[in-house]
Amino acid sequence: MNRLLNQIEKEARSIRDKILKRQKPSMRFPLRNLSNVKFDAKTGFFEMGRKTKERTLAVSTVKTFAQSLKMIALSKNLIETDDIATKREAYYVAKGWGEEVGFGDQTESDTVLDDVEALFLVNREQLGFVPEEKGGEVAGNLMVVDHDRDSGEEIPIDCTRFGSGAYSIPISVEDLRFESDASFVLAIETAGMFQRLVKHNYWREANCILISMGGVPTRATRRFIRRLADGLDIPVYAFVDCDPYGICNIYRTLKVGSGNAAHINEFFCVPKARFLGVTPDDIENYGLPTHKLSEVDIKRIDDALRNDPFVQHYKKWQDALLQLKKSGYRAEQQAFAVHDLNHVINTYLPEKLEQAGAFLP
Amino acid sequence: MTDQADSSQLELLPKEEAARSRSSRNGRATAQIMASQQREISVSEFFSRNRHLLGFDNPRRALLTGIKEAVDNSLDACEEAGFLPEIKVDIKQIDEDRYLIRVEDNGPGIVKSQVPNIFGKLLYGSKFHRLKMSRGQQGIGISAASMYGQLTTGKPAQIISRTKAGRAAHLYEIQINTTRNKPEIVREEAIEWDSPRGTVVEIEMEARYLRGRQSVDEYLRQTALANPHLRLIYSAPDGRETVYENTAAELPPEPLEVKPHPHGIELGVLMKMLQATQHRTLQGFMTQEFSRVSVRVAKEICARAELSANARPRNIAREESDQLFKAIDQTKLMKPPTDCIVPIGEELLLSSLKQSLNAAFYTSATRPPAVYRGNPFQVEVAMAFGGDIEPEGALSLMRFANRVPLLYQQAACAITRTLVDTDWRNYRISQSSGALPSGPLAVVVHLASVWVPFTSESKEAIAHYPEIMKEIRLALQECGRRVAEHIGRQRRAAEAERKKSYIQQYIGHIAEALQEINGDTPEATRQVADDLQIILERSRS
Repeated sequence: MNRLLNQIEKEARSIRDKILKRQKPSMRFPLRNLSNVKFDAKTGFFEMGRKTKERTLAVSTVKTFAQSLKMIALSKNLIETDDIATKREAYYVAKGWGEEVGFGDQTESDTVLDDVEALFLVNREQLGFVPEEKGGEVAGNLMVVDHDRDSGEEIPIDCTRFGSGAYSIPISVEDLRFESDASFVLAIETAGMFQRLVKHNYWREANCILISMGGVPTRATRRFIRRLADGLDIPVYAFVDCDPYGICNIYRTLKVGSGNAAHINEFFCVPKARFLGVTPDDIENYGLPTHKLSEVDIKRIDDALRNDPFVQHYKKWQDALLQLKKSGYRAEQQAFAVHDLNHVINTYLPEKLEQAGAFLP
Repeated sequence: MTDQADSSQLELLPKEEAARSRSSRNGRATAQIMASQQREISVSEFFSRNRHLLGFDNPRRALLTGIKEAVDNSLDACEEAGFLPEIKVDIKQIDEDRYLIRVEDNGPGIVKSQVPNIFGKLLYGSKFHRLKMSRGQQGIGISAASMYGQLTTGKPAQIISRTKAGRAAHLYEIQINTTRNKPEIVREEAIEWDSPRGTVVEIEMEARYLRGRQSVDEYLRQTALANPHLRLIYSAPDGRETVYENTAAELPPEPLEVKPHPHGIELGVLMKMLQATQHRTLQGFMTQEFSRVSVRVAKEICARAELSANARPRNIAREESDQLFKAIDQTKLMKPPTDCIVPIGEELLLSSLKQSLNAAFYTSATRPPAVYRGNPFQVEVAMAFGGDIEPEGALSLMRFANRVPLLYQQAACAITRTLVDTDWRNYRISQSSGALPSGPLAVVVHLASVWVPFTSESKEAIAHYPEIMKEIRLALQECGRRVAEHIGRQRRAAEAERKKSYIQQYIGHIAEALQEINGDTPEATRQVADDLQIILERSRS
């Protein structure tokens, strides 16, 4: 933490000194988007490139400049007092600074926070900011060992004993320990599918750990799955909708991280994850009901093919996306219910798991 | 004037008269009845039939025309005699629809023998073969006003005049003798008058006083604007007194009389000139009565018209004037002299406009003289922008011809047309298509010419000659560019001010955040804030 405080002070000093020399101060941020990530299959995650953007103080940038500095000052204060602020709270703190520097809505303050995080190349939790977003849910063959904050006593949490409920992944997972003899982790897109598998104790039958991602997995969920998979040395399979969002956003982010927070991807992704389904082939093989691809879907496919270094690395993914685009249809993971509510448990998953070696990368 | 009157006589037949004609046998007039009526047309009848042409078509306009004729006369007289004019205008309400107008000047006064002539001018033709820039061209004379007064109230016009300090002042009462069709002095007496020199005209008339765009007030305001050498004191019927001080201490140079240029002559005028000339030969007539006609050119014209240079003008007037007219038209001639035009001048127009209006920006442009149809003319434009000028709605347009404000027929005027046809959005002034520009803008357009081409006898709208419109456009554009520059400067200043206050909002926050992080002293923080201000104001974006 001291290192981070030093970094913050150094940045602020250099800005002040520039001003006192009557020169325009500037802050240099790494560029946070897909154009500034590299994918190398050996490391297995999106690595941040060298592109940066410079925010030089000018009339047009004075507001964001002030907001960024205020946010940095707030962060310093949080670190020094060992406190935290949710992103929402940070948004309200900024409202208290005065109308002119407050944010119109939270997405604005989140952007500034993300910038500051990237500026110091740290995880926002280290700056004292915690996300509002809820982590994923876990059920199955897993013992999570947590600690009591006050006494330091170990708290073993048996994920088989939540009945029809589940264990919630906490925001910080670094201090958790895991015990399990499960043979794989199944990361599921929708809470609905997760519910079905939990309800029928699918984890027992398949000897696995079920995790509901609830859309694009949060950092905590990614980090949780990563630590689980590395610590237990078991494979991770992703089970998402067969559409560009499921593939290019949910699965891709789970596996190699995001372009937006590339400086932390190294730890916040699961490079060993493989794609169980639903694949374009599955749609045909299992006779799934489909929906027409929307314009947004098609744009997302084109965008991934053109700009996503992960997709560009894997010919198989390019083929799969092109196949999807050509068919013009998508299918949801809950569509197996067309045959029988438990078709997915009884037929689809067992059949797919038999050919785990052939999963898309 | 008389020609005009005849042509419009039928449509203006008074109602009673028309009724009377039809009351005869079978509802038709006999030739005898008609003949007897024709003989009876008198000065008063002539007047009442033509009052719209003379500017007395309604009581409101009559008041304006009465004042206008008197003031124009006074100005012309003062200028001709070389006196810096000081004119007092006084309007008093006598009864609900009756007003007494009084116009006093410090001019040369009128000698007794001239009094009936001045008031009888209506019945005589004007000097058509001599051209000189003057107001009189627009006027139909104070005679019409006095006649109108007499016809509507039965009261004679009163004139007080003193021609020289030390001489006695005289009061005259002028009345039109309707049986003899002539104005007469009905009363004359020497009176006490405290002015050393000048003329007073008093006319009681049926009238209506209203304020607004076409009011006496507006006419006087604009007259003062176009005549910077005039000191004008105006007492309105409601008791308000307005003094327009003169901004110029000297009279404008006297315009030179010029002979007409052959290309500016119409056939009818040419015929009259041929008829009236003293010269015995066509060549002599051509070279002496016109400008820019040398002996060589006169011979060329005669040859082209297949006429003898020695022919008698009077004969040609009857037979071959058309030939001559065409020949003149086909002959290339030197442009007329333009030194006979006296503009108000950029500087005087500017200072006059400044006195008239409280604006944020003023500019003016006087174009070099130009020629239309053989008549020299000159255009001047002045503009005022911002300040107290009404920002909503169309601009305020002031049109002048030979320093006389034109208050009526704005839509029919070449000045208005040119203004509408200019794209004002190029000059940062808003304008809907086909409309006058709008915004806090006042525009003065002055056309000075030896012969101002009006669209009709009411002499309120300038005809659409391309040469004139071109000069108006160029002057408008010249002023428009400067107004646009001013608006640009103003916007930049506002932008800089806006930027400054925008910056100001954030400087404190930046300095404060830096202080929080660095733990700087308050002095250092103030220094940071000061330097920030300097850095940001320097920055462009």
